[in-house]
Amino acid sequence: MQKIIDNYLNWEILKEAFPEVLAGFWVTVQASLAVIVIGLLTGLALAVLRCLRNRVIDGVITTFIEIFRTLPQLVVLIFVYFGLPYLGITLSPFLATVFGLSAVLSAFAAEIFWASIVAVPKGQWEAATALAFKPWRTLAFIILPQAVRLALPLVTNRSIAITKGTALGVAVSMQETLGSAQSIMSIKANPSPLTLAAFFYLLFFIPLVAFSRYVERRFSH
Amino acid sequence: MELLLLNFANIDSLKLVYPLLLQGLQLTLLLAIVALPLSLLSGLTVAVTYSFAGARVRKLMVILIDLLRAFPVLVLLVLIYYSLPFFGLTLGSFTAVVVALVINNTGYFSEIFRAGLESIPKGQHEAAAALGFHKFRGMIYIILPQAVRKVVAPLASNSLELVKTTSIASLVALPELLRSARVAQEQTYNPTPLTAAAVIFFIMLWPFSHWVSRLERKAIIGKA
Repeated sequence: MQKIIDNYLNWEILKEAFPEVLAGFWVTVQASLAVIVIGLLTGLALAVLRCLRNRVIDGVITTFIEIFRTLPQLVVLIFVYFGLPYLGITLSPFLATVFGLSAVLSAFAAEIFWASIVAVPKGQWEAATALAFKPWRTLAFIILPQAVRLALPLVTNRSIAITKGTALGVAVSMQETLGSAQSIMSIKANPSPLTLAAFFYLLFFIPLVAFSRYVERRFSH
Repeated sequence: MELLLLNFANIDSLKLVYPLLLQGLQLTLLLAIVALPLSLLSGLTVAVTYSFAGARVRKLMVILIDLLRAFPVLVLLVLIYYSLPFFGLTLGSFTAVVVALVINNTGYFSEIFRAGLESIPKGQHEAAAALGFHKFRGMIYIILPQAVRKVVAPLASNSLELVKTTSIASLVALPELLRSARVAQEQTYNPTPLTAAAVIFFIMLWPFSHWVSRLERKAIIGKA
């Protein structure tokens, strides 16, 4: 028992590690919010673009979606951070993580939003036309609100799953929660900072998981 | 264009690192083959236990499932791999990755199975009982087959995510596909191995990923 406390809840080390892990936690929060905002907006934009039913645009978007839905997040991050510099594109660890994960989320979101737009019954389009709505206004005011509702449970779950991937930022040396905890752990030869990191992750993600449960109950029927 | 090919699709570099990547691929597949059935089984066990449990135990189980779902798998892996040795318990990197994947996915899979089980009307349980099925046999022969059918899409989607997540093994120095590609890249000063790894991952996973998105699309249309 004493051994567990010494190793996981060592007060001295927790106190010392706190500021740095907290700083890392802010990076995690910023990266997560950036990924959610950029990923969802891009995904929605891609889904709307597909409504143009232009072959070329469709082809490009579908390719993008298939690639980023299929590749593991970590492979995408490593490629963005270690591969792109050979093309003369060098991103900071933070930007590499945010852009990499946003690309993945936008691919999933685009697919879900598009499926939801298609799923809205045709009669809705016809009714809007009968009411003299132009196509773009129909999409914006009648179809999208219904589609977003349909998409919400799946999109929420996907956003949380991908946001948890910000911890993968350690692989590209982003100083987020896990990374800062790990570096203090190796300096102090004591894993207590990891407990702190775990605590911060739960602090951030438990409300999100609870929110996803609420969304599922509210919108799945 | 010349430069692009030289850097990202360099044939010489590819010939050099090809055996390394093949080894990595084997390890990736092995991880998936070991971790996926264990996770499915563990998730199913939790979900079935949940459906037989009383109200208080159920509440506790939901909290535990949510804790698992809120915990990033990489943090779990680091915790298992780097902190257990302080207690004299050193797991090999392969075992550590499998344990982390199974614990993490138990949360996801049990939630999926649970939703499936809950969607089966009470009448089915009663009918099974009326036909003289013992509770447990009724579950296996009557309830589960119907429940699993309803959650094929999320099951497939999560299984795919599990296979993709095996790549985090590279962060605890297990030479699976991604790690091998990184090592090869550093030895050859050329990102071709990374491209190759990405292409291998894509070819291997794309059929499943495409199938999953079709299942999900059907599920969405079914709800509208």
